[in-house]
Amino acid sequence: MKMSYREALREALREALRNDPRVFLMGEDVGKYGGAYAVSKGLMEEFGPERIRDTPLSELGFTGAGVGAACGGMRPIVEIMTVNFSLLALDQIVNTAALLRHMSGGQFSVPLVIRMATGAGRQLAAQHSHSLENWYAHVPGIRVLTPATIGDARGMLAPALADPDPVVIFEHAQLYNLEDECPTDWRCDIARAAIRRPGSQVSLITYGGSLPKTLLAADELAREGIDAEVIDLRVLRPLDMATLAATVQKTHRAVIVDEGWKTGSLAGEIVARLTEECFYDLDTPPRRVCSEEVPMPYAKHLEDAALPQPAKIVAAVRELLNV
Amino acid sequence: MFEFKLPSLGADMDEGTLLDWKVKPGDTVRKGQIVAIVDTSKAAVDVEIWFDGVVEELKVSTGERIPVGTVLATLRELGAESPPLPVPPRTSASPPRISPAARKRALELEVDPLGVTGTGPGGAITLADIEQAAAQAPAAEMPPPPPSPPAAHAPAPVKTDRQVEMRKAIAAAMSLSKREIPHYYLAETIPMARAQAWLTATNAGRPITERLLMAVLQLKAVAMALRQFPELNGHYRDGSFQPTPAAHLGVAISLRQGGLVAPALHDVGDKPLETLMGELADLVKRTRAGSLKSSELTDATITVTNLGEQGVEVVHGVIYPPQVALVGFGRISERAWVENGALSLIPAVIVSLAADHRVSDGHRGALFLTELRGWLQQPENL
Repeated sequence: MKMSYREALREALREALRNDPRVFLMGEDVGKYGGAYAVSKGLMEEFGPERIRDTPLSELGFTGAGVGAACGGMRPIVEIMTVNFSLLALDQIVNTAALLRHMSGGQFSVPLVIRMATGAGRQLAAQHSHSLENWYAHVPGIRVLTPATIGDARGMLAPALADPDPVVIFEHAQLYNLEDECPTDWRCDIARAAIRRPGSQVSLITYGGSLPKTLLAADELAREGIDAEVIDLRVLRPLDMATLAATVQKTHRAVIVDEGWKTGSLAGEIVARLTEECFYDLDTPPRRVCSEEVPMPYAKHLEDAALPQPAKIVAAVRELLNV
Repeated sequence: MFEFKLPSLGADMDEGTLLDWKVKPGDTVRKGQIVAIVDTSKAAVDVEIWFDGVVEELKVSTGERIPVGTVLATLRELGAESPPLPVPPRTSASPPRISPAARKRALELEVDPLGVTGTGPGGAITLADIEQAAAQAPAAEMPPPPPSPPAAHAPAPVKTDRQVEMRKAIAAAMSLSKREIPHYYLAETIPMARAQAWLTATNAGRPITERLLMAVLQLKAVAMALRQFPELNGHYRDGSFQPTPAAHLGVAISLRQGGLVAPALHDVGDKPLETLMGELADLVKRTRAGSLKSSELTDATITVTNLGEQGVEVVHGVIYPPQVALVGFGRISERAWVENGALSLIPAVIVSLAADHRVSDGHRGALFLTELRGWLQQPENL
């Protein structure tokens, strides 16, 4: 059945709200307005304002409330408008949610799910467009998910809610309007990376909003006779190194596509891990295609220029293969 | 076991191309023996070794372009046991760029990467290159290490335009000199009547091939004068001056195609003029043929330049680092000369001194020129 990424997320929420009375959604404008990206449109009508709760404009406050509710036995889903604004709640997420199990000697767990939009490409300017997923992937105690397909948008919420520890889900803003067939069996794990396109000559490793661009790049490379494998990380923490090692053992070349800034990026972490663990399988130095190190520009042509694009990915691969 | 590294054959040299080996593993070499020929920007230089030993292994193949300081060969001391050969035998000092995966595969397939041409980024040897090389090698036979591997991975010995290279080398050395050496300049007009008369008389009785040139007298006079002025003769390195007991005069020799080299004439103060004349002629010939010994390029302790033939009156020299002084001779010409209240016409030359103020002062420089003047007035003692 064909559906949009946004609809798939909404279906997943609806299912969770139906199946478990402990589940509720809260965030800025998630109720009456239907969510900044219209993910929860119609849910308040269906489940009522008790379970679809509009909150004041205080990420620190409502994320903290979510941590408390989770400790108290609920299964809260907190929506934060964008990852840029989540920095206001960083203390609750990093210092509290991620640490409570440890700090309480195992007495408390925080089964909290935090959803937030990330990424650029919609001309929302610098304060709404950055890709800071890596900030969370740095922290032990959090699982970080990046659904990049309709299936994952539909399937990842259930296992995230089932996880006894906090899970952060990043929804790339450019994916909401993506439409595709939703697999009939959309159930999935939140542990492994996925091979989105098998190939033999180079591994393109990516996640989230960069997956469609990377698949386009792989198509272009195929026209040039270069057989690229595309890996969707799906889970940024913990990284599925087994899948990454397997692909590099097969292709011996890796290009990591990551919308974050290159310095201190998740792409940098993957390069480091591949170098540490797969050094003798590498036939070329790993390469990264990341965003330019500037605040995300508002102007369309500048925003496009600042982001990873299929042409940049193709160029990086050509350079590696010396063609 | 010790390493013989590519010496810097002058302040302006930072790399060279190995043209030929004059020794092979197992050869016994003696200090001063020429072991290799290296192309610098200035010439094909016969490189001498500076210790006795037995050549263990040649680390660089002919045609390779290598930076100064690269280990050319390993040697063991005379009488020392030969250690077991390292496995696999290495024939190059600078390993080829090879990917980790290709390196591993090369070991598995027993392919020597040294003979493989890289097609990866920056010419790196890739997995595919190794596998192709293995496929081409005769089956069931391990490729023997080539005695002189095709240096395909190394930059091919490019026929560089030596004039361009030499210009660059001179530019580097002279810029360094003017940047770092605080020069001071002195000049003195020296009467040459006695020297000319003596030379004419001496040469009169000799066949043309044995005649002396004024240049030899001048060189010897400089060397004799230097004995009293060690602060002008030696090398300034790492913030301090090391005087040299012997005077090895760097003789500036201009090349017909442009540029110049100032190879050393060794121990000028200790040799009779006839010997010096022979050595100077040989040095000029070999310099112009581009065949110098490494010691000749590095040993000079002071430079002497003579631009008189070009008609110039006075030279303001630029010191060749790490030396600390340069003596310049202008044209010998008839000049009006006042001596003892009388005006006469005598041949004279303006001799200049450019010296390093970090090491010596003008007062001593002036005394040196006076000393030099004195020696040129007594040619029979040279």
